[in-house]
Amino acid sequence: MPRATAPNRNSSFSNYNGPANRSLPKARTGIQGLDEVTYGGFPRGRPTLICGSAGAGKSLLAIEFIVRGATQFGEPGVFVAFEETAGELAQNVRSLGFDLDELARKKKLIVDFVRIERSEIDETGDYDLEGLFIRIGAAIDAIGAKRVALDTIENLFAGLQNQGILRAELRRLFRWLKDKGVSAVITAERGEGALTRHGLEEYVSDCVILLDHRVTDQVSTRRMRVVKYRGTAHGTNEYPFLIDEGGFSVLPVTSLGLQHKVSDERISSGVPRLDTMLGGDGYYRGSTILVSGTAGTGKSTLSAHMVDAACRRGERCVYFSFEESPQQMVRNMRSIGLNLEQWIKKDLLRFHSSRATLYGLEMHLALIHKIVNDFAPQVVVLDPVGSLLDAGSPRDAHVMLIRLIDFLKSRGVTAFLTNLTDTNAPLERTDVAISSIVDTWLFVRDLEFNGERNRALYVLKSRGMAHSNQLREFLLTDHGVDLLDVYVGPEGILTGSSRLSQESREKAADLRRQQEGERIARERQRKRDALEARILALRKEFDLEEVEAETLDAQEVLRERSVEEDRAAMAISRKADSGNGSARSIRTKSKEGK
Amino acid sequence: MKKSAKAAESPLSLDEIARKKKEGDVWELRLYTAGQTPRSLTAIANLKKICEEHLQGRYNIEVIDLVKHPQLAAGDQIIAIPTLVRKLPQPLRKIVGDLRDRERALVGLQLRPVSEGK
Repeated sequence: MPRATAPNRNSSFSNYNGPANRSLPKARTGIQGLDEVTYGGFPRGRPTLICGSAGAGKSLLAIEFIVRGATQFGEPGVFVAFEETAGELAQNVRSLGFDLDELARKKKLIVDFVRIERSEIDETGDYDLEGLFIRIGAAIDAIGAKRVALDTIENLFAGLQNQGILRAELRRLFRWLKDKGVSAVITAERGEGALTRHGLEEYVSDCVILLDHRVTDQVSTRRMRVVKYRGTAHGTNEYPFLIDEGGFSVLPVTSLGLQHKVSDERISSGVPRLDTMLGGDGYYRGSTILVSGTAGTGKSTLSAHMVDAACRRGERCVYFSFEESPQQMVRNMRSIGLNLEQWIKKDLLRFHSSRATLYGLEMHLALIHKIVNDFAPQVVVLDPVGSLLDAGSPRDAHVMLIRLIDFLKSRGVTAFLTNLTDTNAPLERTDVAISSIVDTWLFVRDLEFNGERNRALYVLKSRGMAHSNQLREFLLTDHGVDLLDVYVGPEGILTGSSRLSQESREKAADLRRQQEGERIARERQRKRDALEARILALRKEFDLEEVEAETLDAQEVLRERSVEEDRAAMAISRKADSGNGSARSIRTKSKEGK
Repeated sequence: MKKSAKAAESPLSLDEIARKKKEGDVWELRLYTAGQTPRSLTAIANLKKICEEHLQGRYNIEVIDLVKHPQLAAGDQIIAIPTLVRKLPQPLRKIVGDLRDRERALVGLQLRPVSEGK
């Protein structure tokens, strides 16, 4: 038994790996994200039920399924509208770039408006909905439609009284659509405690998609969920979706994993000294950098440097500013010598300024997605990312940021986030939400000392590089950011003017020490000189004495010789024989000596 | 009142129908069916009976088989079969079903109040 089941299990696992699902033929929707969530689209040749409350986007999803089928996948479609006339519908979707009239002319699309006016209809006796069948059938046959949308078929319940007939006929209708082999989309109003008001989910059970539009703290968020999808795996989460000028887009970002490719490439932060602090080469490409700090510590300036450096390399950047307008940003950065305007003109830099509270979180996320997809930037700046917290609950914001960062990472986009730290809160706490997902975390704080405020920057963490542990003084000059060593001494960390004064004090002390040293050296030299002079004098004296001594010796020799000679001369004169004479002379001499 | 006054008149010639149509007192009825189903046949029979009893001589019935002419369904917004459409007199009325319930059919065609008033 186990042997027999093993291959099956394997194959079913492989089905879960994503879009490569071969279990069920699917009709791609062409809607960004939706095909990923459903692993390939709606079930081909079967009906799909889309339910949601009013304004949730059911009709739009239905019409997009039809239009994209006709334009992108060569599958003509029939849109049976129970609510809007063909003209109204065409007008409504024109803003999304769908030209229904043009498609109708090309025989790729038929919009059939079914109007049911309760007030002019009476019922007597038996009937069926063959008329509707015939209309849909005729439309399908006219253009060879592969897709059908019924929006919103529940209107039938309002127009016809006999529920028994209606239910039986709807069951027959869905069966008939299946037999026709068309991929159908049926929209239905959300009911109390049930998916749909009239229980359509009983009839359409192959695929049910629930659209939701909820408002939390006055901020609306659209979400969708695949409630069921018979015979295939599907994403089960609630996914945010967006309706904008490009139509419907689902953000299956929660399904992103951690499989993104990483880059070894390093990119400059735009501040040479900061690059040095980050192991010499700057940030990793595709990493996420968080700069947090209290108000006015130069977080935006660091972002601007980053952007400037990237544009200089010819890369594209998007700057999402939640506090400043583009003009303001450009002006402010000009004051520190950064000309961002040139990059805007070259279309390397795009600013997107909006108040964070303007949209819900999902909308922000979706917008960022869209812009990143369209513009394909290498660097994205979110300044400040904390503003997004205002747009939703902290939990939601956290989840959104994770999704956003995952998304940017999957695109290899370097993300630069700034975050305002609460001055009163313990430092580094506000950012806990995102700290774990950032790769490089810079901290800019102000140091208040000696009646002035100075900025200091340090690298809190930086994954995968030997970064500096030093605190650097952070200066904003008219040529940009400058990082200086701070003075670390017995009095603690000194910055600003106290650093300057400390430096000058040190300089003076150095000078004093130097002069003292020189003085001591001079003194020693003087002593040496004096000693050497004395040594010289003594030697000279000694030499003199030696000479004198030699002279005396010489004189003594001479004197003795002359005495000898005198004695000899005397002996000669006494005619003494040489032997006695000499003895005598000695004796005489001794007598004379007495 | 006007209609009932002329109710006694016998079947009209085409010219007369055309004239009365212009005046607006001919009932123009259209019955939509789909093929020769028993239900369709019942509806046709029921309709004829009603007309003979209440609109003798001033009605015109057009039976449209949507199986043969599916494109005609959209014009009168037909979804249910059979559907009887009262094109004239105005306003437009629709009666869905095989007209089995005579009373309701008469109310639907707005014939009942008239006969009662008489």
